[in-house]
Amino acid sequence: MGHFAYIVTIFLMVAGLFIVIARGNLIKKLIGLGIFQTSVYLLYVAPGKLLGGTAPILAAGYTVYSNPLPHVLILTAIVVGVATLALGLALVVRIREAYGSIEEDEILGKEGGA
Amino acid sequence: MALTVLVMIPTRNLFAVIVLSGIYSFLMATALVALDAVDVAMTEASVGAGISTVLLLGALYLCKGEEAKPVHKPWLPLAVSISVAALLVYGALGLPEFADPSAPIHQHVVPRYLQNEVDVPNVVTAVLASFRGYDTLGETTVVFTAGAGIIALLRRRKPRDAQP
Repeated sequence: MGHFAYIVTIFLMVAGLFIVIARGNLIKKLIGLGIFQTSVYLLYVAPGKLLGGTAPILAAGYTVYSNPLPHVLILTAIVVGVATLALGLALVVRIREAYGSIEEDEILGKEGGA
Repeated sequence: MALTVLVMIPTRNLFAVIVLSGIYSFLMATALVALDAVDVAMTEASVGAGISTVLLLGALYLCKGEEAKPVHKPWLPLAVSISVAALLVYGALGLPEFADPSAPIHQHVVPRYLQNEVDVPNVVTAVLASFRGYDTLGETTVVFTAGAGIIALLRRRKPRDAQP
């Protein structure tokens, strides 16, 4: 087992980073950012797991619980994430209204020509 | 999950990409259940796979559904990504083993959280609402600011304000 969870996390993180850098389409960029973000959830939650542990809801008969603190932090992060996604999409829609395109190259071309 | 992402990278039809990202969110929620994070999994399934997909589809409705062919060769981003990946793997090798009960993360404040000081059996709720209540206050501020920003951006302009 070892560091397998971390390797998966890093793969997802780098895939998200690659989409953000390499793709010109603004909606695709935001989806890449979302993938990057979910990989961070995994990075936080994975170290909190204990083998044989249960979800951190106290009940008789269980003594080993997984770590609740990362869960709390990530709950906050998910909600903030959807707020930033919504704001980013609003910006994309406005850019589309102003330039008639959501491709980075076309927008930069129009900026240069103007 | 990784496979979904790999399919997503070259796909140029944005509708397909958005549906794939919804599937990816559900898979992530499943992985979080396996990691005992049930509250996070529920939020991810409803917010990540639900609301995000609806928002993306709404934005797609207002924009064009096809991504243009990339004009540059993606060698530079690929090189950057691979070097970042190498650095991160090197860093991850220094982390404690997966599910090691003596790791610092399980030793610091968490034993106190698990003593049920606030009489709420769900520890995540107890920590969220009691020990770390200010986090939620900050979160509310962020969500409010984002909402205000969206309204400011997307408000219908009155004709006299309109740009010529």
